[in-house]
Amino acid sequence: MAEAQLKPRTLPYVSAITEGVRAVMLEQPTAFVAGEDVAGAGGVYGYYAGILDEFGPERVYDTPISEEGIVGLGVGSAAAGCRPIIDMMFMDFLGECMDEVANQMAKMRYMFGGRTKLPITMLTMAGAGMSLAAQHSQSLEAWICHLPGLKVVMPTTPYDAKGLIIAAARDDNPVIVVLNKMSLAIKGEVPEESYEIPLGKANIVRPGTNYTIVAMGRMMHEAIKAADELAKLGVDAEIIDPRTLQPFDTDTVVESVRKTHRALIVHEAVRFGGFGGEIVAQIQEEAFDYLDAPIARVGAPFSPVPFSPALEKLYIPNADNIVAAAKKQLGL
Amino acid sequence: MSTQISNDTLIDMHRRMVRIRLFEETAGKMMEDGKIPGALHLYVGEEAVAGGVMVHLSDEDQITSTHRGHGHLIAKGGEFDQMFAELYGRSTGYCKGKGGSMHISNMELGILGANGIVGGGPPIAMGAAFGNKFLKNNKVAVCFFGDGASNEGSFHEAANMAGLYKLPVVFVCENNGFGEYTPQANHQAIVDVADRAAGYGMPGVIVDGMDAVAVYEAAGEAVDRARSGKGPTLLECKTYRFFDHVGVRGMGLTYRSDEEVERWKKRDPILLMEERLLEQKVLSAEQIKAVHDITSEEVLAGIKFAEESPFPDPSSLTEDVYA
Repeated sequence: MAEAQLKPRTLPYVSAITEGVRAVMLEQPTAFVAGEDVAGAGGVYGYYAGILDEFGPERVYDTPISEEGIVGLGVGSAAAGCRPIIDMMFMDFLGECMDEVANQMAKMRYMFGGRTKLPITMLTMAGAGMSLAAQHSQSLEAWICHLPGLKVVMPTTPYDAKGLIIAAARDDNPVIVVLNKMSLAIKGEVPEESYEIPLGKANIVRPGTNYTIVAMGRMMHEAIKAADELAKLGVDAEIIDPRTLQPFDTDTVVESVRKTHRALIVHEAVRFGGFGGEIVAQIQEEAFDYLDAPIARVGAPFSPVPFSPALEKLYIPNADNIVAAAKKQLGL
Repeated sequence: MSTQISNDTLIDMHRRMVRIRLFEETAGKMMEDGKIPGALHLYVGEEAVAGGVMVHLSDEDQITSTHRGHGHLIAKGGEFDQMFAELYGRSTGYCKGKGGSMHISNMELGILGANGIVGGGPPIAMGAAFGNKFLKNNKVAVCFFGDGASNEGSFHEAANMAGLYKLPVVFVCENNGFGEYTPQANHQAIVDVADRAAGYGMPGVIVDGMDAVAVYEAAGEAVDRARSGKGPTLLECKTYRFFDHVGVRGMGLTYRSDEEVERWKKRDPILLMEERLLEQKVLSAEQIKAVHDITSEEVLAGIKFAEESPFPDPSSLTEDVYA
């Protein structure tokens, strides 16, 4: 259905996730949900609320706390013909199941000469801001973007959350949907109908003429605040939310930089070795001659996520950091 | 018990076992001759397990195999042509030359892969069984794994979930006494892996893994139990690897004695089966020889097919990463 025909309402991100899952369960008879506390409790952040009641215990399963088993359940059942939605409660828990993710789920199709497909959707929660400390707050998307065979999306708005979950579930590849816990209450327009955001298509959140900010995940909201500040300095920033990291929409970013000649990349993940470095490389490969300044990067310091709110606030990149980095880059 | 097995089934199992043995012996020679690249983990000595289990499965039933996986694929119906072609890294192989020995598979035969990760199979087999139960398709998944893999957390997680959900899966432990090069006594404090079944609420059964008939009988019960919705079984088959962890050389190794190898070889699963076939007058010596001869010809034809097949086209390098 064309986007113009859809009737929008305002919903929080958490409810948009639920609507995305519900839409998938309605349109795909072989879809089921499995994960820790997803059935009886409706998920630790409540985004499976009502799913068990509506679809019943034959399609919604509480699993043991057993992350490698959960991913294996997804891989094996997908190979058997299902379209599983598996939940990885916190992205940090990828450490418990990385063999199943990296060596099995990502590689099975290629290793078998393309003779299988694994339509798996994994929802997982990333990000700091709730004082959950070093093992429940990370943004580890760089780990999974480095694995050929996986697709990775990072919805930032309620609209994108619903549309990307539906697109992920319709895709015949394993797709990891990286959600953000500090975005759960953020409200936005969400159509009632089922719709999909195409995988691999970035969104120009705010058009601009002389500066490009590529903002991943929740940093998009911080970038908007930063752009308001920068406007006062005569910087007309274009903000791009990649939405999908793998496959990455290089064209949209490069086209913007060719127009604006300056770029800044921001993500919540640790800056060193983060996905931003890949975006920088792609820009300089495709648009080096258009650049009027070195590309700036904003990310978390090279440190585990701290517990104390006083430190955590310093750790997470914000609009002030973006403005400061832009001013330094532009000599303002 | 053995009288319940039809002559046809005995002949079928024998044929599958001979096919494994002759394929593996030649594959190992080709690896040593430098014609097959990479590392081969050969199944020689363990044929009774694959043979005794696989006769209970249809092409629709799934298995997960191991790094020592050629035998499982052969016993489930794998064709020598495409198998050798895969080992040779040719485009006509089961995986178009992308997988090789450690990932050889055939989805049409329900084979969810050999696996280069020790313990890689159990979560996938459990997941396939979960899918089977969800889809109500009456299929059974069988997970082959070794004593070494039984120490991996993946086995524990998969077995726990299989028991919890009463999934149609059979965990077949091929206990060959070694985790790679380390004897079982040095890698776990138990003698019988089957003891672990109690922790997952499933029966644990131990059989002589050199006796295909014993494996056949126990596997039949486990597969029936899985298919009828009663849940998983852990079936431990005591067996032995005649060759080294990698390659052909079986004797003169530092980590086990030749006497031990000789002792096990006296119970060679194919010899035991052939003694039975002769004793019960199921096959004559000539008929047994004919099975070997026909299989040898198929092996040669498979090698010829592989050697005459093209290597993958460079354009296929990044094909099939995504659907």
